[in-house]
Amino acid sequence: MAFTIETYATTAEAARAMGADARFLAGGTLVMRDVNAGDQSFTRIIRSTDPALTAIRGTGDGISVGACVTLHQIVANPDLAFLAPVARQVGGPQVRNMGTVGGNLFAPHPYGDFTVALLAIGAKVTTAQGQKPVDDFLRDRDRSGLVTEILIPRPRDPGSFGWHKVSRTKPKGASVMSIAAYLPREGGRIRNVRIAFGAMGGHPLRATGAERALEGQSLDASTIARAAAVTLEGLSPPTDPLASEWYRREVAAVHLTRLLTRMERS
Amino acid sequence: MGKTPVTLTLNKAERAGFTDPGENLLNFLRRGLGDLSPKYGCGQGTCGACTVLIDGEPQLSCLVLAETVSGKTVNTTGGLADGAQLHALQTAFMDGFAAQCGYCTPGMLMAAKALLDRNPRPSRDEIAEAISGNLCRCTGYAPIIDAILAATGQQVQG
Repeated sequence: MAFTIETYATTAEAARAMGADARFLAGGTLVMRDVNAGDQSFTRIIRSTDPALTAIRGTGDGISVGACVTLHQIVANPDLAFLAPVARQVGGPQVRNMGTVGGNLFAPHPYGDFTVALLAIGAKVTTAQGQKPVDDFLRDRDRSGLVTEILIPRPRDPGSFGWHKVSRTKPKGASVMSIAAYLPREGGRIRNVRIAFGAMGGHPLRATGAERALEGQSLDASTIARAAAVTLEGLSPPTDPLASEWYRREVAAVHLTRLLTRMERS
Repeated sequence: MGKTPVTLTLNKAERAGFTDPGENLLNFLRRGLGDLSPKYGCGQGTCGACTVLIDGEPQLSCLVLAETVSGKTVNTTGGLADGAQLHALQTAFMDGFAAQCGYCTPGMLMAAKALLDRNPRPSRDEIAEAISGNLCRCTGYAPIIDAILAATGQQVQG
């Protein structure tokens, strides 16, 4: 085990210490898994004891979540109740006690369900380089440097956010796919819709076709049918041991329809 | 690469040892401190056999960097019994045939203990959720859930 462990008091120092030969250790569910597997692509493990990394605080129209806040803390926080159903479906209790919101941003396929919700809600990610939308962050996440916080907007109506995870085992199982939908409504019309899929590409992706079909419409059966017809636009589902690309393509519209129909009725 | 000293409270005893850089807590407990009760299953956070309580929370010791538990309290199945007096969960597992090959049992017991410590009368669903991070390939889970219910003094429904 040729690792060096570096622990820093502040995120600024930890961010400076990052590099191609380093991984940041948050909850351990990704980094220690690679250490155990004998991964030699990195030799330095960076940690930080900065309390800002584990803080959750309100910021007016949103909530700032430190990168090392665990998924269990998300479940337990009443301010983030709309995300509790998402966090509760990540791993088992042990993984939720360890796995962090920041770490989830880097989770490889088919993991990273929480990031699907962050993408749908339009969260922003703070790194040493500044703040950027999750969309941009995900496109370049391998070179992002240290993530320090995630800014989560508070939906005006918690009912405008919906979540659906498809897995083969209950209550704990990796995603065949997961879907998060954010459908803010103004005067009965959907405005600024965001639909994100997990396990349907290398990282969580937005369903751009379905978004276009929903934007400006009222949520009813015919709108849902039109969105479902173009579900796969923007997605590139892979084949893995959980499901084939063919299967994922076949069932994506079915699951999107179920989620949107549930949201229409609630 | 130098070793790092680690001091912790393991099953109510103050313990100390040296850990290698990158060593996980499971290895440190088993090889460093001689507590063989947590088991190595998958090494990737899937099976739960290595579950221990860190400051009362169930965590996967194979995915914890050993030196990060310095100053913390760790509880394992090795500390469940009080001398010759088994813990109620252990007795219930034994009476209810909730262990077959027994490899998952230490993780199951610790996941169950974490649940009962905060919820002394859980429902069947709450128990299923609490052990959802622990795989058992022998029992089909029903005897384990029954045993945990029995340990709380609740009626086990057929």
